[in-house]
Amino acid sequence: MSAQSMILQTVASPHARAGESVSVVMLKVVATLVPATVYGFWLFGSPAFWLWLITIASALAGEAVCLRWAGRDPAPLLKDGSALLTGWLLALSLPPWAPWWIGVVGGLFATTLGKQVFGGLGNNLFNPAMIARIALLVSFPVQMTYWVVPAGAPGLLDGLLITLGHIPVPDAMSSATLLGHAKTDLARGVDLLHTELPGHAFNWVGARVGSLGETSTWLIAAGGVALLTMRIITWHVPVAMLAAIAVPAAIGHAVDPARYIDWTTHLMSGGAMLGAFFIATDYVTSPSTRAGQVVFGLGCGLLTWVIRTYGGYPEGVAFAVLLMNALTPAIDRLIKPRVYGRTFTGKPASVQKGKSK
Amino acid sequence: MGLRELLNGVRWGVHPHDDHKRPAADVPLRVMPLPERLCVPLLQHVGAPALPVVKVGERVLRGQLIAAAQGNVSAPVHSPSSGVISAIGEVTAPHPSGLPFAAITIELDGKDEAGEPLTPQVDPFSLTPAEVSQRIADAGIVGLGGATFPSAPKAQLGLKLSVHTLIINGGECEPYLSSDDSVMRVRADEVIDGVRILMHATGATKALVGIEDNKPEATAAMRKAAEGFASIEIRPVPARYPMGSDRQLVQVLTGKEVPSGARTASIGVLVNNVSTCAAIHRAVRVGEPLYRRIVTVNGGAVAQPGNVLAPIGVLIEDLLRFVGLKETPARLVMGGPMMGVALPHAQVPTVKGCGGILALTAGEITDTAPSACIRCGSCVKACPMGLLPLELSAHIHAGEYDKAEAKGLDDCLACGCCAYVCPSHVPLVQTFYHAKGEVWKRAQQKKRTEFTKGLAQARKERLEREARERVEAAARRKAERAAQQAAAQQAATSASANTAGGASA
Repeated sequence: MSAQSMILQTVASPHARAGESVSVVMLKVVATLVPATVYGFWLFGSPAFWLWLITIASALAGEAVCLRWAGRDPAPLLKDGSALLTGWLLALSLPPWAPWWIGVVGGLFATTLGKQVFGGLGNNLFNPAMIARIALLVSFPVQMTYWVVPAGAPGLLDGLLITLGHIPVPDAMSSATLLGHAKTDLARGVDLLHTELPGHAFNWVGARVGSLGETSTWLIAAGGVALLTMRIITWHVPVAMLAAIAVPAAIGHAVDPARYIDWTTHLMSGGAMLGAFFIATDYVTSPSTRAGQVVFGLGCGLLTWVIRTYGGYPEGVAFAVLLMNALTPAIDRLIKPRVYGRTFTGKPASVQKGKSK
Repeated sequence: MGLRELLNGVRWGVHPHDDHKRPAADVPLRVMPLPERLCVPLLQHVGAPALPVVKVGERVLRGQLIAAAQGNVSAPVHSPSSGVISAIGEVTAPHPSGLPFAAITIELDGKDEAGEPLTPQVDPFSLTPAEVSQRIADAGIVGLGGATFPSAPKAQLGLKLSVHTLIINGGECEPYLSSDDSVMRVRADEVIDGVRILMHATGATKALVGIEDNKPEATAAMRKAAEGFASIEIRPVPARYPMGSDRQLVQVLTGKEVPSGARTASIGVLVNNVSTCAAIHRAVRVGEPLYRRIVTVNGGAVAQPGNVLAPIGVLIEDLLRFVGLKETPARLVMGGPMMGVALPHAQVPTVKGCGGILALTAGEITDTAPSACIRCGSCVKACPMGLLPLELSAHIHAGEYDKAEAKGLDDCLACGCCAYVCPSHVPLVQTFYHAKGEVWKRAQQKKRTEFTKGLAQARKERLEREARERVEAAARRKAERAAQQAAAQQAATSASANTAGGASA
């Protein structure tokens, strides 16, 4: 090869890249969800699998249709994995035996009204999976609070028929979640010292009532730790959020154990783990500075505890995250890193001329 | 490493897993045989280009002045070898645009005949600081770290602002590059002597040499060379890009920050590169001008990567021929991969500030089409200046240049950390370059508008003044006339009265 014949394309620096792409990031997040998901399938049987599949397919379909309408080629953008992740996270937050149309409505809602109407990836204000979950919860409260006891997993075909609504689910199989049970009893005037909670939350096998990703708390947490070690997320949001749930819970429980659930139950129930590691850490809808992320995480955790303890719903992670999502632009505006050589107010630092050291 | 460095030094920047410095850094230094032709550019420094003092057809010797400095911030250019000037004209600039710039082409005769040294050899410490600076200026020394600011005015500035500390930059944080590493290993004594001369020229009482901890051999060699000089301290610093940026190095070594918009001298320190110090030693001790330097030639396409002592003005194609190519490079870069400039082709000469030439393969430059920003904040974590690249970029894309400026666009070093880590491959640095250009253009426009406005205002004032003066003059004339008339009348009346009186008398 002769050096003279080279005519090269010139571009701006840098001429090297760290290699990670958006799809790689998204797929790594998805990979860390696989153990918890598979375990959920094993616990709740094939209806959970079908619902998971339907939710993801709907999320992808919603994304594709919107992109086509916007005159963009959907194929390369679907490959970025963000719609897949949205559908997956939504499926993990649904009651495992919910009927098929819950998955369809939720999946479509998440990627169309939750994301594409804002302008697609990177522009949505709210976490698409959580906004879809809240929309479903508010619209279809019965189906969204129909929880099954993890026992007697039906076969693939039976499971499909259950999901499609052809086989009615026996009432004996349903129960309230731990947080829901506590809320109902407290509302009835039964205090927590005299109620029988359906299985302790600090349960390694997670064989209790809840959404697909709720009971396998340990596997979700392990996935979160994997994300931390892969440096896809930093500790700021999850640690702040879990601490902000645990600390008020521990104080409340110490003051009045009859009225306040203990902190381990709080951390191991509902969407606490999923929320802390996978939902609140969503890049798009959380602040971009470390300090901002700590504030955001604290807000998510505190709101979760407040909603669970004093609100009308037994579970509060989705509401808390959405409320904090709304505050993200404000946090980003108020909490900024100090620019090198400038004061916190942004003015150039004063010059100390020739001062001997 | 002290607690302060630990706290201040490592939170910003990026750390590439493979810095690609080996094996080129460990191969012994090679001296490039003289090529047939050299194209020595006239503008190899910040400031005004040098003015040619030779004519086509004239024979020049090694070290002979061929272009003189023009203005305060400028540097002369010397012939790297002996030969005949064949052209004084334009060649392709080492810049992505491929625009031409002026250079003196010398057909070498291969004899490499040396001219007279610039100055007689004397003990540099017997000279005054001004004389030392003059020798540095005469030798055409500029900052060899890449910024190419002429060294003599810098030293004079340091003396004027009475700096107390010299920061000697042995960071060399760019991946692939090891020319400074090589200088410190092979010429540690010269570097240390250059540091001492520079301390003399600037009046600094202390020198801190910051060397990244991925260069243990260089650190050892420099430590050995600095033995016995208590005022010179060798300090390993964490290998983290952009440690070689003066602001970051000052922060890590002294714990102080350079105020935004100010120079390092404003906090009493002056930053100089290790290769510059070696060149200063040669200039002041030996009277040797800057006509050659060590260039790292590296990259996946290079057959024998390593450090090469090459004459300045050598064409990249000759340099690449010397080290050999394994395959056609997908990109040629002058400088490092983070801040270097892509070259349009290989018929481009090297300049004084060129520490490396990279011939990169397609696999090394992973260019992907940009996708939407997912606000992951990687750029925020990587920015060594504490800026919010994603926000700056959003403002620039919305055309809000004033907001981008208010949020510190001018503080951006263009180090490339943000673009390096961006998973969406957003061309952040390119955006900032564009915005800086746009802001500059607007400022110029504003200045011009204000100038025109000033002219218009001045004209208006002049016209008004003239009109006023005319009116006043008219009024004055009228008044004068009136006064004259009155006087005349008075005179007439009194005369007639006199006559009358006289008549009556």
